[in-house]
Amino acid sequence: MASVMTEADLRARISAFLAEHDPAAAAGGGDADRLAFLRARFDAGLAWVHFPTGLGGLGAGRSLQPVADDAFAAAGAPDNRPGRIGIGLGMAAPTILVHGSSEQRERFLRPLWTGEEVWCQLFSEPGAGSDLAGLGTRARRDGDDWVLDGQKVWTSMAHVARWAILLARTDPDVPKHAGLSYFVLDMTAPGVEVRPLRQLTGEAEFNEVYLTGARIPDTQRLGDVGDGWKVAQTTLMNERVSIGGGALPREGGMIGVLAAAWRSDPGARTPGMHDTVMRLWVRAEAARLTAMRVRQQLAAGAPGPDGSAVKLSFATLNQQISAAELDLLGDEGLRRDSWAMGRPEEVDFTGRDAGYRYLRAKGNSIEGGTSEVLRNIIAERVLGLPAEPRVDTRVAWKDLPR
Amino acid sequence: MSDLVLVESPDEQDLRSGVRAMLAAECTGQSVLSFVSGFSDPFDEKLWRTVARGMGLAGLLVPEAQGGAGAQYRAAAVVAEELGRAVAPVPFLSSAVVATTALGSSASHELLGRLASGERTAALAVPYGLWSAPALLSAQDGAVTGAVRGVADALGADVLLVPADDGLYAVEGSAVRRTRIASLDETRPLCDVEFSAAPARLVAPLATVPCALRTAATMVAAEQVGLASWCLDTTVAYLKERYQFGRPVGSFQALKHRLADLWVELTQARAVVAYAVADLAAGGDDGLVAASLAKIVGSEVAVRAAEECVQMHGGIGFTWEHPAHLYLKRAKATSVAYGSPDRHRARLATLVDLPLEAS
Repeated sequence: MASVMTEADLRARISAFLAEHDPAAAAGGGDADRLAFLRARFDAGLAWVHFPTGLGGLGAGRSLQPVADDAFAAAGAPDNRPGRIGIGLGMAAPTILVHGSSEQRERFLRPLWTGEEVWCQLFSEPGAGSDLAGLGTRARRDGDDWVLDGQKVWTSMAHVARWAILLARTDPDVPKHAGLSYFVLDMTAPGVEVRPLRQLTGEAEFNEVYLTGARIPDTQRLGDVGDGWKVAQTTLMNERVSIGGGALPREGGMIGVLAAAWRSDPGARTPGMHDTVMRLWVRAEAARLTAMRVRQQLAAGAPGPDGSAVKLSFATLNQQISAAELDLLGDEGLRRDSWAMGRPEEVDFTGRDAGYRYLRAKGNSIEGGTSEVLRNIIAERVLGLPAEPRVDTRVAWKDLPR
Repeated sequence: MSDLVLVESPDEQDLRSGVRAMLAAECTGQSVLSFVSGFSDPFDEKLWRTVARGMGLAGLLVPEAQGGAGAQYRAAAVVAEELGRAVAPVPFLSSAVVATTALGSSASHELLGRLASGERTAALAVPYGLWSAPALLSAQDGAVTGAVRGVADALGADVLLVPADDGLYAVEGSAVRRTRIASLDETRPLCDVEFSAAPARLVAPLATVPCALRTAATMVAAEQVGLASWCLDTTVAYLKERYQFGRPVGSFQALKHRLADLWVELTQARAVVAYAVADLAAGGDDGLVAASLAKIVGSEVAVRAAEECVQMHGGIGFTWEHPAHLYLKRAKATSVAYGSPDRHRARLATLVDLPLEAS
């Protein structure tokens, strides 16, 4: 669909908005000033410009979003701390937009975008990782509510989240993909218990979430009963775009850390390491340009399997580059800042120390779709190769071996 | 070269079973996790008592005249491999192999006897990653001054062996300042050591240090083979019992092929390490080549096995509660230890006449 909004139109609207709302005062003021500014920006349709009018957008092309973000940043305006609300912005919002009722969109999107309400994602379970559709958390209908029992895992931000997007089994008697429904859970409801999950870096960036009789009103269901898998596809495609799809300059991300280490220590240089660094530099640049191209394609439509390719190469490269950095640093790379169990709210894969980067990168090929699952998506959905014979798609979920 | 024995003798097999059985009881994944999470002791003292005194394994490389078993390199490699398989937090490699070798067989020093009995431990005061000649500290009037960064197992060592101007000196641990580092591999913690006119006695010539480093490279490679074999065995077992998509994850060909390749690589590493150990035991005709080969191949298989172990376990492999990360950290740290594969490839290139430079 051709957009009527041009870049010039958008810039004019932003200038008009900034003339009425002093960005510097909002940035320098208290939380209330900051929030008032963000709410006004949302109401003016300048939050996510590709969203519909009335929901923080202008129905503009996706490609115009950087224009808005850059203009507000240049004016010194406060942002919505996107690092803290990545799940809301990247996954919950696109799903609510596509599958939510108008009441749900009205209720959730504005405080989501302003950062007043943090979101988390309750999908993975100990027994359902790559095979997400095999999950076992039960939702049983009780009057106007659903009653939830089960355990979720790998939930970042659950300890500060107000809402969760949640996938649960509403019918165990049908094949697994058909028995799922998609809900919005109030994380402050009784029966929701959040426990930190320590990871191999020493930190607890994630949580386990135990659901014991937690209730969800039926008005917080997204999509029809039994349509949860379809709704979840919107979330997952957007997740893969948000992991590894960000715009970076040359030597942005992990390769920049390795390049800096190479430049700063001539004594560590060897012919073998030089070859490794240069090969990785080239691969990183190829991946960066590919991500740029995919983003341009995306500006014209919804995320597709290309996002899987971007995420796959991001994970592989992060692991190879962070490993090469440790190899280059030698003894010095074996020193960590701490093993304390911190609870970070914003995660920087390139942060802390070389040991952290190496260890954290191991998660990149597991979280948000393992590299193995992503390869299957590329092989089957892009290349059209036949799927392996399936033993799990026509049997009632309750009868599957596990 | 051709008559070196690369397979285990019945005695070596018995030793392996004995050490493995002891470790299964006294050094489980959970006990090592508790050790690491505590972040307090320099090594597991109770386990070390069993290894050194209970099983008498600290003196395998100490000459019989000083109360040891006498140059039992093959046995020491079996022990190193089994300790690696258990990521055991004990100073076998640093004290019973590296420090002991650095003291040299000719030294009729009482220290050797006490290391052999496990009564004391020692650490060679060089950076963990050292692969060539060490920087020498200053020795004057029976005292040593200087600093060394990132020394393995020095935190709990009773004695530090210090390469200084005119020889290797022994310094009491209590006479130095040690600062613990949050180490990538907390099962073998590093510390920085400062010597300020620390009282020292000359115990060996400097010529023993390269010998100790070469032995270290070979023995750490044995440890890496043990580590990799745990990773492979544990991953194979998990892929048989973990179901996704209604079938065992191990039935997916993409994973089976990777594990088959890993098994092939591990089989080769076992042969390469067996060769380096056999060469050491036989007096070392091909010593430098064999040690570099072992360190390269061992490091590569250990890192790859540990990385595959984490990945194929999926989410649980990324947690603190699962022991896989202990192996990943040990694998990566030992890859750096005593010379990275990159450093050893460069050395090997010279040794086998494959120079980089155009002549």
